[in-house]
Amino acid sequence: MYHYDDFDRAFLAERNRQFRAQVARRIDGSLTEEEFRPLRLMNGLYLQLHAYMLRVAIPYGTLNPDQLRKLADIAERWDKGYGHFTTRQNIQFNWPRLADVPDMLDALAEVGLHAIQTSGNTIRNVTSDHFAGAAADEIADPRPWAELIRQWSTDHPEFQFLPRKFKIAVTGSPRDRTVTRAHDIGLRMVRQQGRQGFEVIVGGGLGRTPMIGKVVRDFLPVEDLLPYLEAIVSTYNLLGRRDNKYKARIKITVHEHGLDRVRELVEARFAEIGPLFDKAATAAQLGRIAAMFRRPPLQARPAAPYHAARTADAVFRAWSDTNLHPHRAADHAIVTISLKAHGATPGDATSDQMRLVADLAEAHGHGEIRVSHEQNLVLPHVALADLPAVHAALRAAGLATANAGLISDIIACPGMDYCALATARSIPVAQDIALRFEELRLEHDIGPLKIKISGCINACGHHHVGHIGILGLDRAGVENYQITLGGDGTETATLGERTGPGFAHDQIVPAIERILQTYLKLRNDRSETFLQAYRRLGLAPFRAALYQEDRADAA
Amino acid sequence: MARGSAARVVTANALIEGDVVWLTAEGRWTRDLRQAQVFSDDESASAALAAAEARSGEVVGCYLANVRPTPNGPEPEHFREDFRRRGPSNYFHGKQAEA
Ligand code: HEM
Ligand code: SF4
Repeated sequence: MYHYDDFDRAFLAERNRQFRAQVARRIDGSLTEEEFRPLRLMNGLYLQLHAYMLRVAIPYGTLNPDQLRKLADIAERWDKGYGHFTTRQNIQFNWPRLADVPDMLDALAEVGLHAIQTSGNTIRNVTSDHFAGAAADEIADPRPWAELIRQWSTDHPEFQFLPRKFKIAVTGSPRDRTVTRAHDIGLRMVRQQGRQGFEVIVGGGLGRTPMIGKVVRDFLPVEDLLPYLEAIVSTYNLLGRRDNKYKARIKITVHEHGLDRVRELVEARFAEIGPLFDKAATAAQLGRIAAMFRRPPLQARPAAPYHAARTADAVFRAWSDTNLHPHRAADHAIVTISLKAHGATPGDATSDQMRLVADLAEAHGHGEIRVSHEQNLVLPHVALADLPAVHAALRAAGLATANAGLISDIIACPGMDYCALATARSIPVAQDIALRFEELRLEHDIGPLKIKISGCINACGHHHVGHIGILGLDRAGVENYQITLGGDGTETATLGERTGPGFAHDQIVPAIERILQTYLKLRNDRSETFLQAYRRLGLAPFRAALYQEDRADAA
Repeated sequence: MARGSAARVVTANALIEGDVVWLTAEGRWTRDLRQAQVFSDDESASAALAAAEARSGEVVGCYLANVRPTPNGPEPEHFREDFRRRGPSNYFHGKQAEA
């Protein structure tokens, strides 16, 4: 992974020194909140319902054990002993005191972490495939490119006051695990006649006006990446609307001006600035970065202990059925560590859990940890032979829930339990759904299913691209939950369709149950997933199941 | 959040801790909604809000929240304000743990 050099360290130290002074000036009264707010947001510090919140970037979701241990220490020392991993590959601390934040940032800097540009109208934390560098289905590891983008975008003088926030995701695999099509810019690595390049997608986004991104360039040679990104963002910087915050994202710019016009402007700008970029310097920097992302040397290991454990231990077998993903080396696996124990808060990990994962990564995982946008942790390189030991250790820490990709592996935003913008809670809905289906023992029968929950139309919980999406609203002073079906965040990205009127807080779990009973009844067989069945059957049978009781009542 | 001439309290978050506070009749910030001063007309509510906003060295994000006066002090009208006075529902943290 990337190691900071002196330049990076000095930059971060200076930035933290500045923010420390800004906090001091806010506390002694020399800065008003109006003056301070943009400064704190640039450094990832929000004010939520019950406290401040510090959002720390985990660039492209990659952590080493020391970093994870430092997050654990910070959670313990300055927060309440846990952290919340989010869909944007960040970690959020929900309870810091303003006066402590500069110390927290200094502690983060010790391990090369920061909160810069995790808020504000800037280019945000660059997200990537959590299986990058390990997945069997990958063209190339996208993380060197993601790191290059991070370096280019951090403190980029032209892009500190964009019309609105700007999110970039990069994947190196045709299997899109990064929801590239719901980002302001999505980059998908592709190969054409032996050359590596990117398919560049622009104008995706969720929020109140969800849009699937459109391809602005189907093949961009890798060496043109930075000038092309700069051309897009600088075109948007001028063209994007600043008169209306709800129309300020690039998705609206593309929608209002049309993809062709935007492409024309981007290509013109690219032609203008491309030659000004020092390609040799970029290539040298990329080479330096790429060397730090070399695949760890994997030793060939016999898989026999793994197969023996599968035969002997049903719990291990169930976990290895759901929580492993094929590694490019057949005697290794990618392990998903579920942060979704039934009834737990999706994405939360205690300090002790973080330390255990750090230890396991060191002992069995070549020191690599990933944070997934699905709010789980990942050990990307584990020998099959080590899995029984890894599983046993995870199990002892409550981290071995066998549910990756299943109904209880829910994405949920903080909702009204924390977020000041929320219109309803999301966490308790996730907890209740997980507990209910655990009780029904239907989770494994239902199979692959993605439920995603947001506590307001901002859609931080990705509900539009959930197979089942749940959106919490405030209807006349009570929490009300709208359902969408058929959403998909992968390479076949689709926005879900609304089923109809929403459901009260105590009716949402029964409603989800009716949807899934309908699926179980109507699917061709077990191999037809919920999403496939939905695509075949359409909304009608699910709508009928959802609202039949209401109609019976009305009759 | 506040409409019409309903009963209202002035609320905000404390500058350093970030936790929820309400304004009392003595002009102090309290962590207990029951001690908050209730304003029942627009004019006094707006005046109190303006005065509170000027105290930017103590609090952040002042606004008026609707309440229902009861013999035990004001009760929140809206569920958001109910969460603010209690804390999150997934952990026993925040005000509910401090009471
Ligand atoms: C203090 C808490 C938060 C605030 C104030 C906040 C604010 C917002 C706002 C205003 C939007 C809509 C942007 C737009 O439509 O232009 C948004 C979108 C989004 N946020 Fe958050 N958010 C918060 C927490 C989170 C968390 C915890 C996550 C990750 C789990 C997250 C991830 C996202 C994503 C994925 C989107 C939608 C994608 C997009 O169109 O940008 N946010 N957020
Ligand atoms: S979707 Fe709404 S409630 Fe959820 S975190 Fe985003 S802004 Fe807050």
